[in-house]
Amino acid sequence: MAFESRPFEHDVDTLLDIEKTPLQRLAYYGRFLWRDRGGMIGMFIFLTVVVAALFSPQLSPYDPLDQRLRDSKLPPAWAADGTWDHPLGTDNLGRDILSRIIYGSRVSLTVGFFGVLIAATLGMLIGSIAGYIGGRVDSAIMSIINLILSLPYLLFVVFIAAILGRSLLNVILIFGITDSPIFARVTRGEVLRIRRSGYVESAISAGARWPHIIVDHIIPNLIGPLITLATFEMSAMIFYEAGLGFLGLSVPPSVPSWGNMLANGRKYLTNAPWIAAAPGLAIMYTSLGMNLLGDWLRDVLDPRLRRARR
Amino acid sequence: MDTILQVRDLVTKFYTLDGVVHAVNGVSFDLQQGETLAIVGESGCGKSVTVLSLLGLIPSPPGRVEQGSALFRTPFGQQDLLKLSREELREIRGGQIGFVFQDPISTLNPILTVGEQIKETLTRHLNLSQEEARERAIRLLADVGIPDPELRYKSYPFQLSGGMRQRVVIAIAIACNPQIVIADEPTTALDVTVQAQIIDLFQRLRSAMGMTLIWITHDLGVVAGLADRVMVMYGGRVVELAAVEELYQNPQHPYTRGLLDALPRLDSRETRRLVSIQGAPPDLRLPLRHCPFAWRCNYAYDHCWQEIPELVATAPDHQVACFYDLNKGAPRHG
Amino acid sequence: MHRYFLSRVLQSVLLLLGVVVLVFFMVRITGDPASLMMPRNATPEQIEAFREAMGFNRPLIVQFWDFFTHALVGDFGNSLHFKSPALPLVIERLPATLELATAAMLMAILIGVPLGLLGGFSPGSVLDSLARLVGLLGQSIPNFWLALIMILVFAVRLGWFPSFGRDEWKSVVLPAFALGLATMGQIVRLTRSSTLEIRSEDFIRTAHSKGLLPRTIYTKHVLRNVAIPLVSIIGVQFGYMLGGSIYIEFIFAWPGIGQLLEQAIGWRDFPMVQAIAVFTSVAVLALNLLTDAAYMIIDPRIRYGIRE
Repeated sequence: MAFESRPFEHDVDTLLDIEKTPLQRLAYYGRFLWRDRGGMIGMFIFLTVVVAALFSPQLSPYDPLDQRLRDSKLPPAWAADGTWDHPLGTDNLGRDILSRIIYGSRVSLTVGFFGVLIAATLGMLIGSIAGYIGGRVDSAIMSIINLILSLPYLLFVVFIAAILGRSLLNVILIFGITDSPIFARVTRGEVLRIRRSGYVESAISAGARWPHIIVDHIIPNLIGPLITLATFEMSAMIFYEAGLGFLGLSVPPSVPSWGNMLANGRKYLTNAPWIAAAPGLAIMYTSLGMNLLGDWLRDVLDPRLRRARR
Repeated sequence: MDTILQVRDLVTKFYTLDGVVHAVNGVSFDLQQGETLAIVGESGCGKSVTVLSLLGLIPSPPGRVEQGSALFRTPFGQQDLLKLSREELREIRGGQIGFVFQDPISTLNPILTVGEQIKETLTRHLNLSQEEARERAIRLLADVGIPDPELRYKSYPFQLSGGMRQRVVIAIAIACNPQIVIADEPTTALDVTVQAQIIDLFQRLRSAMGMTLIWITHDLGVVAGLADRVMVMYGGRVVELAAVEELYQNPQHPYTRGLLDALPRLDSRETRRLVSIQGAPPDLRLPLRHCPFAWRCNYAYDHCWQEIPELVATAPDHQVACFYDLNKGAPRHG
Repeated sequence: MHRYFLSRVLQSVLLLLGVVVLVFFMVRITGDPASLMMPRNATPEQIEAFREAMGFNRPLIVQFWDFFTHALVGDFGNSLHFKSPALPLVIERLPATLELATAAMLMAILIGVPLGLLGGFSPGSVLDSLARLVGLLGQSIPNFWLALIMILVFAVRLGWFPSFGRDEWKSVVLPAFALGLATMGQIVRLTRSSTLEIRSEDFIRTAHSKGLLPRTIYTKHVLRNVAIPLVSIIGVQFGYMLGGSIYIEFIFAWPGIGQLLEQAIGWRDFPMVQAIAVFTSVAVLALNLLTDAAYMIIDPRIRYGIRE
């Protein structure tokens, strides 16, 4: 409830204004992060997943592909007859679930990272063309984008995945391309807003050239909203990849991915529920962390951005 | 004249993440029946918070009225507004004290018709049937100078111009014949010709209804033709309080003088340079131990940095909170 | 008003034509639709015969015109699996999907809206923490996993609800909750944040300054304004459920369009998949138009063409 909020709004502005060097900015965000518990937790979760993906061989107690049928369907350590040899138990083929979860983070993060990279690159390109040229080109591009965004997304992703077949590259390409419209829309909106803003107009009238304006004004202002969006979209992609895996439409079945593990675990739901439980918790953990991180980033970098999709 | 509202030693603070904002620091004033009191100061000086505090309209948290009293005299008796329950305050707001806020674009609900927004005040405070309330609302629209009130009753705010919207807000404020109307920068968001019309409307309503008015503004120029007395605020304190003529002719606080110097004058022949006051308003997060204006004051001397000046009467209808006597050109004591 | 709505209708029709073009080319992106649709162990002769029968050996433009004109009258060819026209088979599944999505949406709204409102009215309270938790979990729990866990707990262990199928009312509870949780989270988040936002609007201060009772302020001033973004998200989410019920229908063997899609992919029955994609798009676009219409009723600014 902020009826009369001028006294302190003004303070926040001066804080942001004074701390102009990148280092001071960073320090400011750091303090902001420290104050925001959700953001801290999100950052911590995200970093643990990144570490798990980078150092999978070092962290995993077993080879994730190592089958030992003698040890199949061992329960997790806290169950009555579980052992700490396999903290999260083993699956139907006797593979160590913990190791598979750790390796699974590689698939998820790879899809999320490269998917977002492609989507953001394509989207920024399309969006800045629309925002920069304007006029008919803009309205044509935007109406196509808005229409694509109103289609049943998941259905089309499943459709394409079924046609292209199971491979990591295909999954990345599918998400990279189908997710680019949302980046295009945000980029275009920001480019338009920045172009119309007073400081860019005055820079133009002062004779600044376009390359200058793009480097000095447009890119710095785009980074905030796009990083926030990228975080949310990466989380969504990890989610959708697991979903495709669950339907048997993502990476090949031999690859340890959370979606594949879940699809496999479903068959043993009643007598070995931990096989399905673990990958689901891993997806939830990652997604929770990235959403917390995204919320925090949005608060810090761009309070205007509203996520209205899917 | 009767005192209708007597405010004593009002203190309001905001507890924010960036520290405690001392928004209002011991404000006292009297409001006489039928007069127009102007409260003047820069944005952030606590003028709005002062009146919002009186009626429990401070967002809380983070805001809190810490101390003070506000005796409100009505035909039915006397009440301390700051001691009333929320329910009792709700009876007074809109019924006995009406509000006009700054920006008529955002102060009306965009998705309700203006008629509905007037009517709900009427049915809340007066025992009127829906039909009676409708008729009265249409009459109110006519009273505030809206042409074709029957038609406008059904309009949505976005279908009206800024000036028309402000007239609607005024109609809401005066709907229940309140004892006091508080207008918080009612003309700031409007363009100049519309400003004049709204001020004109206020003057007309004031004489027609015998209305007591608190007019909050940052513009001393607007005040001249309208107010009986002027209260100048700075840093959450009253720095000068005087009858309007007296204040214009004999400003005794350096800040008031600065504000007056910043006004273009039409009545003077000599061409003067417009001066603006140097520096920024004080940081209200710091508890003060000296005159809040000392940083920006050309006359500040050592004493001003040691103590907070209290309001002292220099004439029957003139109070000022300053250690320096501008007329003498020397400190007041010694 | 009418002009805005008409342009939306026109856009939707154009998009639909776009969807028809899209599904035509999608089955051809690998270059050979015949081997895509035939079983993996089919012989080259069988594939060649199939190609002949489906007319995939004709020039692309001829194939396209053929597909396009037939699709416009609802003819997507025969399902390869059922050997009968695809579209009627899809439409047959609609009631089950609608039932599931409606139940899920009702659950999401009935829990999500009050929780979001209560959280927004008293930020920092216990209820607010609960609202934020639901909002966060709804976003983070994968519905296909939640469905499995719920089957395990409520069907297998406790035996309260059936674990699959669609017969008595009980059978809709688990799938509807699993499908609705993400939407519930969205609704809670949106309701809470827009309640907070509306609460600090100037016109709410005006309402307080009129001395209105809190319940009047909340129902008349806050709620109606909160309803505007809610309507749009409910429309979007309902469309999402029509296309996104695939996991839930698959897991619970719910005989709706999602299950059919999963099966059709398994059968490599792509004419059926095409029919499903176009039909679901029609449903989603119709839903969007309905949402627009609802918008106009609630928000006079749109009715009078001030805002889109």
